Amino acid sequence: MAASTLERPLAARPSTWFVWAGMTAFGVFLLGILVAVVVDSFGRQWFDTWLPDGFTTERYVAAWDRFDLGEVVGVTVGVAVLVVVISVLVGVPAAYALARRDFPGKRAVMLLFLLPVLMPPVTYGIPLATVMYSFGLGRTLTAVVLVNLVPSVPFVILTMTPFIEQINPAIESAARMCGARTRQVFTRILAPLLVPGILAAAILVLVRTVGLFELTFLVSGPGSDTLVVAIYRGMTAAGGGEARQLISAMSVIYTATMLAMLVVALRFVNPTQLVAQVKETRDD
Amino acid sequence: MSAVGQRPGRATASLRHRLAERGIDPTLLLLVPGLVVAVALFVYPFSYGIGLTVQPTAAMQEQWGGGALANYVAFFRDPFVFDSVWLTMRLALPAALFNVLASVPVAMVLRHRFRGKRLLTSLLVLPITLGTVLTAQGLLIFAGRQGWINRTLLELGLVDEPLKLVNNYLGVMLSLIITGFPFAFLLISSYLSGIDPSLEQAAKTLGAGWWQRFRRIVLPLLAPGLATTFVLTFVLAFSVFPSARLVGDAMGETRVMSLMAFRAFGEQNDYTMASTIALMMGAVELIVVVAVLGLRSLLYRGTTGGKG
Repeated sequence: MAASTLERPLAARPSTWFVWAGMTAFGVFLLGILVAVVVDSFGRQWFDTWLPDGFTTERYVAAWDRFDLGEVVGVTVGVAVLVVVISVLVGVPAAYALARRDFPGKRAVMLLFLLPVLMPPVTYGIPLATVMYSFGLGRTLTAVVLVNLVPSVPFVILTMTPFIEQINPAIESAARMCGARTRQVFTRILAPLLVPGILAAAILVLVRTVGLFELTFLVSGPGSDTLVVAIYRGMTAAGGGEARQLISAMSVIYTATMLAMLVVALRFVNPTQLVAQVKETRDD
Repeated sequence: MSAVGQRPGRATASLRHRLAERGIDPTLLLLVPGLVVAVALFVYPFSYGIGLTVQPTAAMQEQWGGGALANYVAFFRDPFVFDSVWLTMRLALPAALFNVLASVPVAMVLRHRFRGKRLLTSLLVLPITLGTVLTAQGLLIFAGRQGWINRTLLELGLVDEPLKLVNNYLGVMLSLIITGFPFAFLLISSYLSGIDPSLEQAAKTLGAGWWQRFRRIVLPLLAPGLATTFVLTFVLAFSVFPSARLVGDAMGETRVMSLMAFRAFGEQNDYTMASTIALMMGAVELIVVVAVLGLRSLLYRGTTGGKG
């Protein structure tokens, strides 16, 4: 009954119908894209018909062998985990300092961390990749991890700073009054309070790292390609690209991975948090 | 500890204490790793890149002249390169504008509580998992010549021959909307949720219609958020690269700047020209961002009385 009273004003306005029509069109496109790729990946042959003329799972096996997906998935997961661990270890202490202290030059430091988020990845990616190649790191895993840190560390700092700011500093002071040492303040007081924020930031970095294309593409090569880059290379390979169904199978594997991570992420964070990290920093 | 009870700023206070009064104490050491990463992986390569742009290859100098500035001369004189600025803007500006303007009514409607809201929000987050590459693959199949869209339109007799929806400007635009709209929507929703609903209720009590409430209450409060969202969505659309290559017409109407930069980097191995294009990309983007934020401060000041 409460629901019906809430819904009635929604249905009454023509503007609302307009919004719903737009949303439906968007949803049709979205689901169409997703379903088309999934159907294609299971299809045998699919040319001039509504549906493929038979279904099979052998495309997955073929794609797995053809693109060495075991290694690619391993690289993707390994890189993502490394990037998450390093950016949390580097970012959270920095966020703590920024949240708790007011010091000369703080705005400059904030700007320094904001720049990589606001700049197109290509702008700093190409000079960065040039440096990587000149250090002989081109096409190595080290380079892939390093370039991924550039947007990830600022991202952790920018999400964690407002999170730490809303933890009352009186709690820390109280712990100190009770005789806790710095290490104890961190392990007994701050760490438990920070866990939800760190978890959210970590999952978001994970999702972003797996999805990041431009920077990884610039420095990766055979043996250090992540899944997105492998799909892109498959689609643009010389001679018209690989068979479409193989690419579709690979894309489905990618989306399934991302979806699983996102479902986990949504258990911990509000969807608006996925992108809204820059909002808080804007106001300083 | 001995300093407890001293008046702040007294000359007798130790240097350490006086520094601490200004916020400089050992806690700041926690910033060091972050700063090291930022300087080593961002500031240094960036400055190095700027240095590279004024060391053009001999071939470039010969072809375009201008000595150390040959890369810049080439950038502005070579229509093949310079036109990409216009081609990028032609994609990124309308896409960002559409995404922001379409998000506002959707976010306004979805602000209320109703059944299935969580499902709908999750549906909107879905494109983030697709990524540009799968979106491209899906568009090629779904909206291609023999895809379901064209098949349906043909069956219904709405068109006589398949519409050309991919491998052109339209394809890239569709992919930018599919990836960019959820992003803009989520940002706008978070801004909207920050507006105190009692303000609108007060206006309603005073007899304001929905347009007046929107125009006088919501829009001014949302304006800074709109500008920020526009900037972020624009940044996203501006650096479009995979979709311009995969669902666009990479050598024709969607020859965007990032494609040109990658071409110079990967295919021609001209790192100096690649850095030049990359930097010019940053510069063009900066101009738009500054213009939008400037506009925002104008708009903001005009409607709320000089707070901006």
